[in-house]
Amino acid sequence: MAHNGNSNSNGNLDADREVCVQVKNLWKVFGDNPERVLEDAELRAAPKKTILEQTGCVVGLRDVSFDVYRGEFFVLMGLSGSGKSTLIRNIIRLHEPTSGSIFIDGEDIVQYDEDRLAQLRRNTTGMVFQHFGLLPHRTVLDNVAYGLKVRGVPLEERYAKARVYIEKVGLKGWEYHLPSALSGGMQQRVGIARALTGDPEILLLDEPFSGLDPLIRRQMQDELIELQDELQKTLLFVTHDLHEALKVGDRIAIMRDGEIIQIGTPEDVVTNPSDAYVRQFVQDASPTKVLTAKSVMEQPPIMLYSWQGPKAALQILRDANVDSAFVVTRNARLLGMVTVDGLVRLIRKRGTYLSEALDQDMITCEAEAVVEDLVPLVASTRYPVAVIDEERRFLGEVYVSTIISSMIQEQGEEGEIGEMVSLVDADPVEEKVEEVDEVHQAFESANEEGDQQS
Amino acid sequence: MMEFPQFLEIPLASWVDAVIDWILQNLGGVLDAIGEGLLGVLVGLERLLLWIPWFLIVLSVAALAWYALRKWWAPIVMGGFLIIIGMFGYWDLAMMTLAIIFAAVLISLAIGIPTGILMARSDRFANVLRPLLDAMQTMPSFVYLIPALMFFGLGKVPAVFATIIYAIPPVIRLTNVGIRGVSQSVVEAAQAFGATSRQILFEVQLPLAFPSIMVGVNQTTMMALAMVVIASMIGARGLGMEVLLSINRIEVGRGFEAGLSIVLLAILIDRITHALAARQQYTQQHTS
Repeated sequence: MAHNGNSNSNGNLDADREVCVQVKNLWKVFGDNPERVLEDAELRAAPKKTILEQTGCVVGLRDVSFDVYRGEFFVLMGLSGSGKSTLIRNIIRLHEPTSGSIFIDGEDIVQYDEDRLAQLRRNTTGMVFQHFGLLPHRTVLDNVAYGLKVRGVPLEERYAKARVYIEKVGLKGWEYHLPSALSGGMQQRVGIARALTGDPEILLLDEPFSGLDPLIRRQMQDELIELQDELQKTLLFVTHDLHEALKVGDRIAIMRDGEIIQIGTPEDVVTNPSDAYVRQFVQDASPTKVLTAKSVMEQPPIMLYSWQGPKAALQILRDANVDSAFVVTRNARLLGMVTVDGLVRLIRKRGTYLSEALDQDMITCEAEAVVEDLVPLVASTRYPVAVIDEERRFLGEVYVSTIISSMIQEQGEEGEIGEMVSLVDADPVEEKVEEVDEVHQAFESANEEGDQQS
Repeated sequence: MMEFPQFLEIPLASWVDAVIDWILQNLGGVLDAIGEGLLGVLVGLERLLLWIPWFLIVLSVAALAWYALRKWWAPIVMGGFLIIIGMFGYWDLAMMTLAIIFAAVLISLAIGIPTGILMARSDRFANVLRPLLDAMQTMPSFVYLIPALMFFGLGKVPAVFATIIYAIPPVIRLTNVGIRGVSQSVVEAAQAFGATSRQILFEVQLPLAFPSIMVGVNQTTMMALAMVVIASMIGARGLGMEVLLSINRIEVGRGFEAGLSIVLLAILIDRITHALAARQQYTQQHTS
């Protein structure tokens, strides 16, 4: 889960991040004389269906523009026919764009001739395909070394490099087998190793895991994330699976009818869908996997300062009708938590500093932790969990009820979960834990169903 | 009124004659050169086959049969067929026939495989070529004999020429089908890694189309064999001529011997090339 924190911090795009792939006003029209669609201003703006009826041309991509930053995990998501696979193929001109430009490292590759295009494909990009696209008559080793063979790298050298990546994807020992001897998941590992062996700076993945069964798919996603943490490539990843997109992506572009209708971090997409289509798309997404502590936390009713005396602190707690509070230092660093019981004991001992009464069991979490990971934390204590940033500044607090209400808000008016709200206020901690687990499981199974449907 | 109007008739026959005349008058030198070259190859092949001692040929056919079929009876049966032909007294004629078939098949492959590749790469070329191939296969094979005769005179060369025209379509078609049948995802992957179209052809398309091409080779060989009897009408010596002679003289027994020799040769060639093609397919399936 370290990655989620990582991905979200990547999501905060700094202005100085370097653009690696820039797509500008890209159009792809299939059919005879596609130019006439683009030349006619009225047709340009017309819906896909009208264009098809009037010209017989199918609009694959309509005025698509976006930037991908170096080292970013960028996901293109949409249903089949939304143009996502067409888009990724246009980026290395496996399909020729009808108009527009694609800048890779600042050069417009639409203007490239055959030779430079081949150079780009050999040296700069690597691609992984849904149907693997392995050479069936070549061994795993030959397949992985294929990109280098095309470049003209001598046999010994390319085999040596290929072996490194074969090991990296966990296929050591399978070098001399033919792809047909491997399971789907293993074949896709070969595909990934093949794409990585040329050490490309950009990796294009076209629904790489869609053909795999769910368990393998999850495992492969985790491994890809690990690989990406290690290798720091620029990734363009196409998928129709929202859960996959939310899990792996730093940013997600949602496509429909050849257009990008929203680009944002996973959290943006789930919490701020740009229109009804996206909302419908993300409604079965589990918010627990994308919402962070920062977005669900509440402002504490009271805060104590390290210089306050125990009696004053106790009075503040009683006035606010709470049984615990967090203590911060002068520069807002979190010092600890005190409880009514602790304060009473301190007063009896005639202590003077709050720091002597700090509760040992205080639980903290980072601002970027996802709600799914918070559930066990909030369940393990009867006090709120403190949310802190990297410098240990106190940001807010999270209760069991905070989490559950955040899930319910995102989930909409689904009756079953609505009924559970009333149960949440029950006092004893053990009960709360059970409730949370139940809610959690309810979400999990709802997600699972969503998985199967998609 | 019931008869087809005469003014609508077109003199296609005289047009074709005119074209043939033009070719004969203007390209005579070229045709002679082609003819000389072909004859050289043919005579060389024939001499080679007749020079090799018969038992060596029997042994090598038996060995090939073993390699292709991997059955204990294959070398015995296939070698036996050749011995039977020899026992009929047709060894030399059979070798002459084989020489014509080999020459025709080799030239067919040399022209047919590249043509099939071009056909797979260009839809337009494929659309032009397809009806032509249909015509080549459905036109009664005797029709080829006339221009072949006019271009190259009597003998082996026009026989080979007519045989090639008749036998070349299958290898063209099956090369085309084989290459088009290569999974698009594999070709696309090769493209995505920057392979040139030449690299894709030789490293991806041809190896994967190989089983299909081998079936084409088998078909072409069989059609060449079928043309042998017909080609003997323009003077190609061999088993076909023997059949033709016995028909003319109504010698049923002699015709039967010669005919049976052709059948044995056909079975021999078909089983061996077919098994070679199937072996390729077998290894491919294990790899794909």
